[in-house]
Amino acid sequence: MAVVEFRNVFKRYGAVTAVDDVSFTIQPGRLVTLLGPSGCGKTTTLRLIAGLEMASAGRIFIGERDVTAFSAAERDVSMVFQSYALFPHMTVLENAAYGPTVSGEKPERAKEMAIAKLKLVGLDGFAERLPSELSGGQQQRVAVARALVLEPQVLLFDEPLSNLDAKLRRRVREDIREMQQSLKLTVVYVTHDQQEALAVSDRIIVMSNARIAQEGSPRELYEAPRDRFVADFIGDANLVEAEMGAHQGEHAPVRIGGLDVRLAHRGVAPGAVRVAIRPESIRLSLEKREASFAGTLRKAAYLGTHMEYTVVGPVGTLFVVDHAVNKPLAAGTAVFVSLSEQGIALVPG
Amino acid sequence: MRSVAGWTAVAAAGLLLLPWYVVDNFWTFGWVARAGGTAHAPALLQALLHGKAWLLLLFLPLAGILATRLPREKAGFWVALAGCTGLAVLLLQGFLFRHPNVTPAGWPTQAGMGYGALVTGLAFLMLLCEGLALRGVCRGDGFTVSSIGLIVATIAIFVFFPILFILKSALQDNAGNFAPALFYAQITDRSLWGLDCLVSSVRCGVAWNTLFLAGLVGAGTTLLGLAFALVATRTAFRFKGLLRVISVLPIITPPFVIGLAVILLFGRNGGVTTLLYDWFDIPRSRWIYGLPGIFLAQMLAFTPIAFLVLIGVVQGISPSLEEASQTLRARGWATFRTVTLPLLRPGLANAFLLGFVESMADFGNPLVLAGNFEVLSVKIFFAVVGAAHDQSKAAVLALVILSFTLAAFYAQQRWLGRASYTTVTGKGDAGLPAPLPPMLRWLCYAVVAPWTLFTFAVYATILVGGFVKSLGRDYTPTLQHFLTGFSVSMGERGLHFTGSAWDSLWTTVWIAALAAPLTAAAGLLTAWLLTHQDFAGRRAFEFGTLLSFAIPGTVVGVSYILAFNVAPFELTGTGVILVICFVFRNMPVGVRAGIAALSQIDKSLDEASSTLGARSATTLRRVVAPLLRPAMVAALVYSFVRAMTAVSAIIFLVTAQYNMATAYIVGRVEAGEFGLAIAYSCVLIAIMVAAILAIQLAVGERKLGRRSAGDLALQGSA
Repeated sequence: MAVVEFRNVFKRYGAVTAVDDVSFTIQPGRLVTLLGPSGCGKTTTLRLIAGLEMASAGRIFIGERDVTAFSAAERDVSMVFQSYALFPHMTVLENAAYGPTVSGEKPERAKEMAIAKLKLVGLDGFAERLPSELSGGQQQRVAVARALVLEPQVLLFDEPLSNLDAKLRRRVREDIREMQQSLKLTVVYVTHDQQEALAVSDRIIVMSNARIAQEGSPRELYEAPRDRFVADFIGDANLVEAEMGAHQGEHAPVRIGGLDVRLAHRGVAPGAVRVAIRPESIRLSLEKREASFAGTLRKAAYLGTHMEYTVVGPVGTLFVVDHAVNKPLAAGTAVFVSLSEQGIALVPG
Repeated sequence: MRSVAGWTAVAAAGLLLLPWYVVDNFWTFGWVARAGGTAHAPALLQALLHGKAWLLLLFLPLAGILATRLPREKAGFWVALAGCTGLAVLLLQGFLFRHPNVTPAGWPTQAGMGYGALVTGLAFLMLLCEGLALRGVCRGDGFTVSSIGLIVATIAIFVFFPILFILKSALQDNAGNFAPALFYAQITDRSLWGLDCLVSSVRCGVAWNTLFLAGLVGAGTTLLGLAFALVATRTAFRFKGLLRVISVLPIITPPFVIGLAVILLFGRNGGVTTLLYDWFDIPRSRWIYGLPGIFLAQMLAFTPIAFLVLIGVVQGISPSLEEASQTLRARGWATFRTVTLPLLRPGLANAFLLGFVESMADFGNPLVLAGNFEVLSVKIFFAVVGAAHDQSKAAVLALVILSFTLAAFYAQQRWLGRASYTTVTGKGDAGLPAPLPPMLRWLCYAVVAPWTLFTFAVYATILVGGFVKSLGRDYTPTLQHFLTGFSVSMGERGLHFTGSAWDSLWTTVWIAALAAPLTAAAGLLTAWLLTHQDFAGRRAFEFGTLLSFAIPGTVVGVSYILAFNVAPFELTGTGVILVICFVFRNMPVGVRAGIAALSQIDKSLDEASSTLGARSATTLRRVVAPLLRPAMVAALVYSFVRAMTAVSAIIFLVTAQYNMATAYIVGRVEAGEFGLAIAYSCVLIAIMVAAILAIQLAVGERKLGRRSAGDLALQGSA
């Protein structure tokens, strides 16, 4: 049973199509991320679920009910906004109790429900404060508590971490994931940060140019990207031309710049193909090894945990990440390039 | 779906219970006992007993809704269709079967629509809107669609429909026949467009007079207002509070009272004239009557409006833009000329347009001061109320004024173009505004100081004038004027308001108090729809609400008596038409105030509220309204004050039963009873000051916590 289902949904603004024939289902208890660069339609998709935008065509179901023409107030979803959207003239408690209050609960009951959820986010001591008297992280938690009070079928997050500083981001991200798992919430989460998406999601829907580029688990997206956009957007990838031989079961031999590797062929016909090589799958050495080709180191940068190199070789320019920071290579050096077993994938599209 | 059932019931009630046609004294419920009669029967009885069979058609859409049981997705279309059909039938029958004078011979006739028709029509409109909402229009929000529907419908009826009537009347003669030749003769008449004054001593055309005066006043008030605004914001001037007072005083003064004060100062027997004669032997003359006098009075009356517009714009210029210019080596004067002044363009254009339109519409000052200098507004007045009673001519003249103001409106929009002048952003701006170049500063002082003194002289005159026997002739202190107007005596049955002014005062206060909340509500609701909702045709909607602001009051007055004199909308002579007139005249200001305030409130607050299950009406009441308090005060105060001081539109609409204070005062001025007129004006000013304080107290402040001063706190993120 799906909690959210999109069937061929379109959203057009005049001549611009913001969401173009999007279909997906979201299973209960999962955290699903809509990921993509800005302007790809991910936020519009989220707002279509919330009922803040109306679909131009197609149907939207929440909990098996067709809600396509329902207003936001009639849908059983709540949303945590990027700006938090806390009502500045109400206290923390009034903010949290807003949902039950306007749905006609008795004031005492609304207050109880609000306090329970404020406890959950650890802010029950701040009930009488105004939002302007809280820090950014606390405001964010109030926004989450307020969205949770009505116990909606789906909880929506619109880039919830973008207004927090880098340190706080990791912690809040972990808190959200932990709460989602312990309360078995169904969450749809929008972000443009692929690391954030990989860290919190059960499933990721990658969007590009108003369409779904690929949908899958974080591991599927990273290890088997469907096209060059996904390969490039999820983690860094060197996209290089290669030559594939005859299929051997699930796999096929692939020749990259004179080196032979065995990859899953993923249904691509033998011949000229494109592969994605992750930066950490490329090894550099000063001495010639058995399976390697020669290249020139153009740039080298020290980033504390790792080195970043740019190498020019027979397959073009390669971006390389090397964790051996104690043995740095200098720019201008002639190097030999070899490939590891993992982190190389055929890109069909 | 519940609201659909509700509005269906309301429509049925309108058809079955309320009197269908206009009845006198509806609120005394005398019609209940006579509900079977021709005049008082509801639609069903009218159709069955009194030969108005076509009214039965109105039951069809309701029957349609009741007969069908459809799932939600399909119901939307049919409910909308039913509402639409109902409205169409209602309007069609209203315009087909009218007064004997306008309906072709042999057709059935009927009286104007009454409360039954009003309620039924409203219910049909709401059914149409609810149906559209069910189909997902405006994100499926019934309240939003209904609000848009209601505002569009009322603006169509009370702004555009009357304007159409002006066009129609202009093309007809007074007997109602189509007369294009007469129209051509009137519109090209020499008395309108003659240019003889350029070459001889014969007077020029009225149209040129009016245009020249309005252009002069528009430019003058804009420059003077700019000088005041610069002094108030960009100098270390000590008495800025004083400027505030000066800026508010003329707004709460009935406009022609200033004209009166100008006469009392500069007329043949005026205070200043007498002084000049006594001290310097400067002969008494009538120079003030004509262009100089009207110009002076209108400058006094309308400069504060320009000041209020411009001070907001000057304050809104981000100081960092000027600082950027200075760091790029632009000296004071260059910065002012190349950065500050261009950024003021929207303010200057708005101020000019306001001055221009107000001058064209102004009726009181020219009436008192014009002498031989004729202007259109006064000519329209005499064409309507004069012995000739020439509606066709009034319509033609109104058309001329209207085309002037619309042309100015169009030119303003073109001049501003598509550039964005928004300089208030969410980000804090720590910069300091650039000081004025010294030359400019002294120029501003040189203009502002004498004008301030002059304004105070005018108000002193008004104040003193009410308490002396006859200003300029006899300075004996007296309370006679107040006694004539406002005496109260103890009779056998308690208090008697025997003064001659009481009736009009009660009517004025009552109507202003009714109109103010309606105006504020309509204006702010429109502003909310424009800023926080997205719907097809939003631009056209905005243009429509702005347009009514460019229509001079005189034109509104004439158009109302032309449009609402006969069925189906028979409103002239009632108090309702006065309230309606004020609401639609003053709504644009509420819209402007609302838009300014609402654009500081982040849309996500509304959205958060609606995802938490609040319907739009709830969101508006619980989230938006508390944050809008300052705008609400502004809108309420403005609409109340304008309703008490307006002359140009309502002078055409008042009756003996519903006389307004300003119309009464104009009457006293015409009769030469200046003392009483001035005393009455003082009373009005006092009432308005009290009302402003009361409104401020009642609406209260908004609470936003420690950081309430900053706009940042309004954005929800703080």
